[in-house]
Amino acid sequence: MDPAHAPGVYTGGANVVAVLILLAEFGMLRQALVRDQIRLYAAQAGLISVLAVIVGAVHHLPELYVLAALSAALKVVVIPLVLRRLLREDGPAGPPVDVGDIAGSGGLGLAATVLLAIAVAAFGFFAAGRIPVPGSGAPATALSVSVSVVLVAFVLMIHRRDVISQAIGLFSLENGISLAALVVAASLPLILEVALLFDLLVAVIVFGLLIRIHHGRAESLSTTDLTSLRG
Amino acid sequence: MAIAVIALLIVPAVAALASLWLPGRAAGLVTAASGIASFALVLSLVPAVSHRDLAWLGYISVDALSVVFLLATAFLYGCVAVYSIGYLGTSGHGTTGDRRYAQRFWAGLNLFAWSMLAAPLMGNLALLWVAIEVTTIVSALLVALEGTDGAAEAAWKYVLLASAGLAIALLGTIFAYYAGSRVLGPSYNLAFGPLLAVAAHLPHTVVRLAFVLAVLGYGTKVGLFPVHTWLPDAHSEAPTPVSALLSGSLLAVSFYAILRFYQIAQAALGPRFPRDVLLVFGVASLLLAALYLLDQRDYKRLLAYSSVEHMGILAIGVSFGAPVALAGVLLHVLAHAAAKGNAFMGAGVLVRKFATKQISSVSGGLDLLPWSGPLFLAAVLALSALPPFGIFRSEFEIVTGGLAASANAGAAILVVLVTVAFFGLSLATNRMLLTPRRDLPGGARLARGEPSVWMVVPVVAGLVALLVLGLHPPADLTGLLDRAVAALRGAA
Repeated sequence: MDPAHAPGVYTGGANVVAVLILLAEFGMLRQALVRDQIRLYAAQAGLISVLAVIVGAVHHLPELYVLAALSAALKVVVIPLVLRRLLREDGPAGPPVDVGDIAGSGGLGLAATVLLAIAVAAFGFFAAGRIPVPGSGAPATALSVSVSVVLVAFVLMIHRRDVISQAIGLFSLENGISLAALVVAASLPLILEVALLFDLLVAVIVFGLLIRIHHGRAESLSTTDLTSLRG
Repeated sequence: MAIAVIALLIVPAVAALASLWLPGRAAGLVTAASGIASFALVLSLVPAVSHRDLAWLGYISVDALSVVFLLATAFLYGCVAVYSIGYLGTSGHGTTGDRRYAQRFWAGLNLFAWSMLAAPLMGNLALLWVAIEVTTIVSALLVALEGTDGAAEAAWKYVLLASAGLAIALLGTIFAYYAGSRVLGPSYNLAFGPLLAVAAHLPHTVVRLAFVLAVLGYGTKVGLFPVHTWLPDAHSEAPTPVSALLSGSLLAVSFYAILRFYQIAQAALGPRFPRDVLLVFGVASLLLAALYLLDQRDYKRLLAYSSVEHMGILAIGVSFGAPVALAGVLLHVLAHAAAKGNAFMGAGVLVRKFATKQISSVSGGLDLLPWSGPLFLAAVLALSALPPFGIFRSEFEIVTGGLAASANAGAAILVVLVTVAFFGLSLATNRMLLTPRRDLPGGARLARGEPSVWMVVPVVAGLVALLVLGLHPPADLTGLLDRAVAALRGAA
């Protein structure tokens, strides 16, 4: 490639981080063990904080350092802790439930799901590439990647048949939106970002409560029995 | 008027805290007082916004459009709070489980109302999103409150689908920020007023994207097809007073968020694109709901599908765009809150009386319930847009507006589908209320009488509101609606 058209260190580095975030999403999709899924979620959230620091340094947006720290504290530490506690917890009634390998009990086979996710991700990547966003934050390619992350997160939520994986799917969907926000809304005032993070924290607590209610009633984390309401 | 707005943000929150440590009955009375006080506070805002919009710090702002939705929410909050005293009083009490249930119910009800009253006060698209997400998580806990398998399933479906939908709406909000910061610079804070003021200069593609994402995302909470699937489950499994608030207020407040994005999209892109989007979602929702109404076995699900129907009517009404149609839409928000609140409160009396939600197990309602029977019948007739109730006037205005905007096909579809929905609703109601009463399976006979007087009074208030809206809306209200219509048309 002609050196004049090669991406700079910043663009290249930011794009590498963005692609790693997408790879973490695919990892969550194919990971059979819920515990490892939580680890991948934490890693993905960590990568977003790293990207926030890079964007903050290059564009001289010091609020992004604060945001990166808060977001890492919440998504790398608190949310994985909450989810792991839910896994360890014995049901209020009956014996402890083995939740080690209930993930991956989807309607489609794993290979088909991953192929579907690749197709969906490619669609999102190229469709979002047509949105004109002259950069104010992270490079525009990261926006395309973030749309792919959002779509793969939807595949994850649809594919998985257990409440914790579905919750992880939703939280990683939120990670995808954070990535998009770093591209198009990097200078969003800190107070609003904090409001959004606080909201995520409340949502996580409520998800935890509902997962416990579900666990207590169904004595499993699977959603395959949730079929009585229809019509 | 700042005091009224601040009080509106404080009163329900204080009531929520108080009901955490007050005994059940006292918590109920505090909640009822808070509900009625909130309604009075909103009423005091009506004259204030008839001349100018109120705004503070770019985070809180109140205009005629917000007050319309505040009126619907606060009215229903007051009615449901009074009603719930009777609803919980007849559930059997004394055990610790019941006391904990009551404590959670009252605290949750107040928090839910607080979040719904906060949302229309937010003058900032990000805070509006936060408020609506808070309504989701509080109401999901309320849906799970009954503790049955059905309630756990409905709550999980609701919280997952609505949160995923709201994530899409957040993406739309972020794109709206991007569009605004292109024009207003990086210090822009997503305040609504400044964005609308410069809307003509916003980049088109991004605004288009933001609008579609917002309609799909907030539409999940409004209950628009095809993202309505949580709605019948949550409405049927929640405690009935909560169903009334979900249907009459929550859906409307989410629709309010769509209207804000509609204002921006209309100012940036012209009316064509946003109206077409709303027309497609509205007709699809109305069609689905009208067909599902014909074959329902559970009367709370029946009312839930009726909510999908009415949200579809709102979307179609906005897509007509004529001033009289928009005035009809806003009147419809108020009348639907009163009518659907009444219908769910009547359904709650049926649940208490017959201990079932099955339409086929209920008979002789008019005979057994001297007050609630006729009131439920009136509520269903009002929902079916029969005169002299408020929904007749609002739907008449919407159809008139459709014809005035020469959207003849849209108006015709609206009339046909509303008629189909009327058949579904009236068939089921006929079966429950007008058939002669049968003995229960065990041979026992139900005695004639009302479960509680607390469950009748708020329904009478709702009926009075419906009649006032239908026969002769007060001049203050029509002035408020006219101002809100002007804002929606971009002329304010």
